[in-house]
Amino acid sequence: MDIPKDRFYTKSHEWALPEGDTVLVGITDYAQDALGDVVYVELPEVGRRVEKGEAVAVVESVKTASDIYAPVAGEVVEVNAALEKSPELINQDPYGEGWIFRLRPVDMGDLDELLDAEGYGEALASEA
Amino acid sequence: MKRTPLYEAHLRHGGRMVAFAGYALPLQYTSIVEEHLAVRRGAGVFDVSHMGEFLVRGEEALAFLQWATANDASKLRVGRAQYSMLLNAQGGVVDDIYLYRLEEAAYLLVVNAANIAKDWAHLQGLAQGFRVELEDLSEGTALLALQGPKAAEILQGLTEADLSKKRKNDVFAAQVAGRPARLARTGYTGEDGFELFLAPEDAEAVFEALLAAGAVPAGLGARDTLRLEAGFPLYGHELTEATNPLCTPWAWVVKREKAFFGKEAALAQACQEEVVGLVLEVGLPREGYPVLSGGRPVGRVTSGGYSPLLGKGIALAWVERGAQGPFFVEVRGKPVGASLSPLPFVPLK
Repeated sequence: MDIPKDRFYTKSHEWALPEGDTVLVGITDYAQDALGDVVYVELPEVGRRVEKGEAVAVVESVKTASDIYAPVAGEVVEVNAALEKSPELINQDPYGEGWIFRLRPVDMGDLDELLDAEGYGEALASEA
Repeated sequence: MKRTPLYEAHLRHGGRMVAFAGYALPLQYTSIVEEHLAVRRGAGVFDVSHMGEFLVRGEEALAFLQWATANDASKLRVGRAQYSMLLNAQGGVVDDIYLYRLEEAAYLLVVNAANIAKDWAHLQGLAQGFRVELEDLSEGTALLALQGPKAAEILQGLTEADLSKKRKNDVFAAQVAGRPARLARTGYTGEDGFELFLAPEDAEAVFEALLAAGAVPAGLGARDTLRLEAGFPLYGHELTEATNPLCTPWAWVVKREKAFFGKEAALAQACQEEVVGLVLEVGLPREGYPVLSGGRPVGRVTSGGYSPLLGKGIALAWVERGAQGPFFVEVRGKPVGASLSPLPFVPLK
């Protein structure tokens, strides 16, 4: 499983990539693989304020619907509209074109509470 | 958990194994959508060895089957098959089945895996008083389903039987890849295709031969999306012990002009609800989601999912009979517009 070192991870398989004063959020390679074909994504509204751990988006695969949780508290400032037409981007490029939403965290320091790549890798290993 | 004769082959081909009706079976190999489209556009092969097979023979085999099943078994000539149902005393559906007439007085009944024990007991009970023998062949039978527009072409390269002379619902014996098989031009995807009954020890060689000839392995995930797109029922979802089959799109199976177990009870009930097909504007319907009309619940989704051909969410649902649209399906608390669709959802063979 691909786990880039440039970002943070949650145990619920979201990744968070800091970019300036915002954070890009998506799901991990492991998560997209486990879900299978992603066929629909319910995106949040821009401007919505969310708490850490709050269900923000829904990724639906053929098999199941999966909530996507906010890795940190903040405000949704952008969503990946390309997913409305091409939800399969999440399968094809989970760490790039398949990003889901962008948050402006209340406190960028909250990212420190997340897992790094190594910690996420260990969490996956213990789950298996 | 039980394994089919293809268990090792599934692992070798990358099958993601899940538990289904007590068996370890592949949910998918590569992707449900890819496998679905391979069946619609080429050919796919499914391991359905978990399904049950009962042999019914004896001088009163036909009389017994006329009493035990809802369709008219007397219409079956040797070498022909029909879709049918077993009903309970209340007129509900014990199972939906496929009945094959193999010989003058020998029939094969294929039943859903989860219902094998229940159906066996049900049939044993009904067989009292008939000169008929029942034999459960489930454990000793492997079953493959080769489905798709290229199924006949692929299979023709592996058998000496002239497939161009075989019609839908024909059943016949032939060698496939040098192994003895019983073939039926039947299936559960809405496509042309064949089901291959095999000895367990021959299953892997035939499976590999079909793959080598161009079929792709397809799992339970694609089997479900294909049957849903084709508008076919799944036992435990659209059909249950409490379901009156006369209130479903599959009421044609139930032949009123003959006597059979459960008929009078089914006929005595008025249909309060009926099964309809729905296509959603956005999102995916899942089993159990409420169907709304005029701001109130009028039904529920029994099978829901994604149609790879339509690129939309589709559902089979039980709704109050005569409920007027517009319909909505409540998707995680939000009503989503849904239009009625004739079945099948997509044009099929």
